[in-house]
Amino acid sequence: MLNQIYTKGAGLPLQGSDVAVAWDGLYWFLFWLSVFFFVLVVGGMIYFAIVYRQREGKKAKYIVDNHLLEATWTVIPTVLLLVIFAWGWNVYKRMVQPPSDAMEVRVIGKQWLWNFQYEDGRLETNKLVVPIHKPVKLLMTSEDVLHSFFIPNFRVKSDVVPGMYTTVWFEAKVPGEHQVFCTEYCGTSHSGMLAKIEVLEPAQYELWKANKPYTLSGVRTISSDIFAARRAAGESTQLKSETIPLPEQGKKLVEAKGCTACHSADGSARIGPSYKGIFGHEAELANGEKVTVDENYISESIRKPQAKVVKGFNPVMPPYTKEMISETEMNAIIAYIKSLK
Amino acid sequence: MSHSNTATLSNEIHGDNYLNHSKGLKSWLTTLDHKRIGLMYLATVLFFFLLGGIFALIMRLNLMSYGHPVVDANTYNKLMTFHGAIMVFLVIIPAIPGAIGNFVLPMMCGAKDVAFPRLNLASYYIYLFGALFATAALIGGGVDTGWTFYTPYSIRTSGPVILVLLGAFIAGFASILTGLNFIVTLHKLRAPGQSWSRLPLLCWALYATSIIQVLATPVLAITLVLLMMERVFKIGIFDPALGGDPILFQHFFWFYSHPAVYIMILPAMGVFSEIIPVFSRKPIFGYRAIALASFGIALVAFIVWGHHLFVSGQSELANFIFSLLTMFVAVPTGVKVFSWVGTMYKGSIRFNAPMLYAFGFIELFTIGGLTGVFLATLAIDVHMTDTYFVIAHFHYVMVGGSIMGLVGGMHYWFPKVTGRMYNETIAKWSFGFIIFGFNLTFFPQFIAGSQGMPRRYWSQLPEFDLWNRLSTVGSWFLAVGFVMVAYDMIRSARKGPIAGPNPWEALTLEWQTPSPPPHENFIETPVVTSWPYEYKPSRG
Ligand code: HEC
Ligand SMILES: [Cu+2]
Ligand SMILES: [Cu+2]
Repeated sequence: MLNQIYTKGAGLPLQGSDVAVAWDGLYWFLFWLSVFFFVLVVGGMIYFAIVYRQREGKKAKYIVDNHLLEATWTVIPTVLLLVIFAWGWNVYKRMVQPPSDAMEVRVIGKQWLWNFQYEDGRLETNKLVVPIHKPVKLLMTSEDVLHSFFIPNFRVKSDVVPGMYTTVWFEAKVPGEHQVFCTEYCGTSHSGMLAKIEVLEPAQYELWKANKPYTLSGVRTISSDIFAARRAAGESTQLKSETIPLPEQGKKLVEAKGCTACHSADGSARIGPSYKGIFGHEAELANGEKVTVDENYISESIRKPQAKVVKGFNPVMPPYTKEMISETEMNAIIAYIKSLK
Repeated sequence: MSHSNTATLSNEIHGDNYLNHSKGLKSWLTTLDHKRIGLMYLATVLFFFLLGGIFALIMRLNLMSYGHPVVDANTYNKLMTFHGAIMVFLVIIPAIPGAIGNFVLPMMCGAKDVAFPRLNLASYYIYLFGALFATAALIGGGVDTGWTFYTPYSIRTSGPVILVLLGAFIAGFASILTGLNFIVTLHKLRAPGQSWSRLPLLCWALYATSIIQVLATPVLAITLVLLMMERVFKIGIFDPALGGDPILFQHFFWFYSHPAVYIMILPAMGVFSEIIPVFSRKPIFGYRAIALASFGIALVAFIVWGHHLFVSGQSELANFIFSLLTMFVAVPTGVKVFSWVGTMYKGSIRFNAPMLYAFGFIELFTIGGLTGVFLATLAIDVHMTDTYFVIAHFHYVMVGGSIMGLVGGMHYWFPKVTGRMYNETIAKWSFGFIIFGFNLTFFPQFIAGSQGMPRRYWSQLPEFDLWNRLSTVGSWFLAVGFVMVAYDMIRSARKGPIAGPNPWEALTLEWQTPSPPPHENFIETPVVTSWPYEYKPSRG
């Protein structure tokens, strides 16, 4: 059974991760600091307005300034602001740096749905299933315009940008459903671009992976009813239940798309460099610059080969548009190249 | 200040004043008088405020409860776009400089007019022309890009996007020309004896604003031109499908639009720096600090635009720098707020409507400013950005700041502009409606936003219904308040009691001449002999 505890009253959303706990600590510090300054300023104003209201026989005092006071209200806020900044940076670093053992899931946003592509080849729409207490890193891109992936319960968000990979990571500690919103305006059905994350206990997660029925327990997302209605209307969340691992899909793709004519997987150079062992290493470019080979670099090398030409090779690679290689296929190709250690 | 004038000024409406100096519609449309141009700006700005306000009311009605929309999603997105574009480009940016600044600034300097009266008239028509383009886009089916025109959506969506872009582009030149005019006026036309340290703070604020207008607006113009070229000729600058970079657009856009926030707020700060000492019967506290703070804010304004891009995919190093720099906006802003409250200390405070608006401004602006610190804090912004927390924050700053400045200023200078007094009872009630309605509309949005309610959603989830309902009801109070202000002002302009030259016993120069002022502002050129805030106890 799922119980509904999204928020209580006017409070923050539930704390779905340790990052959320850290975030809330900073938030409440700022909140009470703000209450203090609000009372100081507005309380002071109201107090003065009452005490020094115009009265028969009472004259205003002639005061022009007071340097000590002015210095005080310049210096104290400056110090406080620096503290706030440092604290904010500290929590931010935790929010954006995933642990190295994080499980990767690829996310593709498009008007107006979210696709989730798993390492084992599974593809789901608007539903992300993850195990509890395991760091999950989302590698995200967009098929069309800007979107933004926001999980209030985990306090994380990142824009999802066409032609680029951005990441979000979290480690769920509350089982159940968690809401995902698109938070970058993307046209007509922007407000319908919702998804949910299902956080499962390890045993249930294994059942899900094996395509067996599983039970979901814990909290309920705020749009559960909407998803239920969508399912009742015949929407399926599962696009592909077959499980050909992504790297294998990628291998088939590079063969089918004719990349093998110019690229090998065994380290030998053909017309172009070999894929073997490039991921995570530095590539030397014709203009002398060095770049680290990551998702963004590989995707750019395929979409716009002329943008960064590898040293020692001729710029003869043809560009591949989205019509030729979709973002879903691109993810598989990248996973394949990544697997060639 | 020179007071030799005041004594000799009669309380009668001066025979020959700027309103009856020449007659007929043509004399208005071709006028070079800064006062008339100011009023033309005011009328146009208020017309668009009404339009943008109606759009907002429809949106609030649409969001009132889950599952009961009053418009469809596409219509909502267009209303959202025009509400934002109209309120920013056609209302708040021109409001105080164009209307109040034009009317008051030359008089505060003891000048007959601005430095370039023809350019001033041109600037009004350029603004009007820009506004017509935007209106044409509205009539031509509307646009759904959002006022921020983020790429690549703005390149791909259908509709007359170009017309809106042209509208904002053209209106930008009006802003540049007004800024230029003010800077030259302040340098060249100050009255004899009015040294820089005797310049009223509204003039200082408008000076800082003008610098931003002149320097930042061209960047917006270039950005909008690039966007138009991309839409029409498919040149790849911002759309990745054409080989462009969508985040580059965001940098260009906010390089203007962040400083633009200070084009909106600095003049309002200037207005209240005038009102608060007058109604406290005390010198402004920390004159130098307030004047300097305006420039401090204007300077920092140019180097913090990246705080709008914390989750855009911008590098972590850039986020570090922009978050740190943004913190420093809060310091001069805090100095101003503390100084206004300090001015009231041991004063003899009068509760006329302009002062009530100052109280309201301080309350709203303090909340707006403090929540700005939340958003400047990197980690906090990641969760809050693109939620209603941001919506609430900038409405507290822009409506609570700029619109309060405009309406407060309209009450303060009403007797000068019309020669008559507004109705204090209606003014107090309308203020009550506005401040109550405003807080009811926007405070719940902070809560909904911190719970994750996203902005620009045609339909919100049922869990947020309570906050949305409160907010919608608040918007009606706000609307009633503004309608009452309009009623009072229209009525009092013709029927209000004669105000006399200086009903507030203020010391700045615009009050040392008849109300309404003569065509050339002053009967004889004023000579400044002291500071504009010299409220000696003897004057009560
Ligand atoms: C006509 C030959 C040719 C074809 C076909 C071709 N490439 Fe290339 N590719 C090259 C050359 C030459 C380079 C090196 C020069 C450059 O960077 O543009 C290259 C570079 C690359 C790189 C960067 C490698 C590095 O070490 O930095 C990647 C990744 C890549 N190609 C992937 C692909 C994929 C995937 C396909 C099929 C969809 C493909 N290529 C098809 C010729 C080709
Ligand atoms: Cu969206
Ligand atoms: Cu900003």
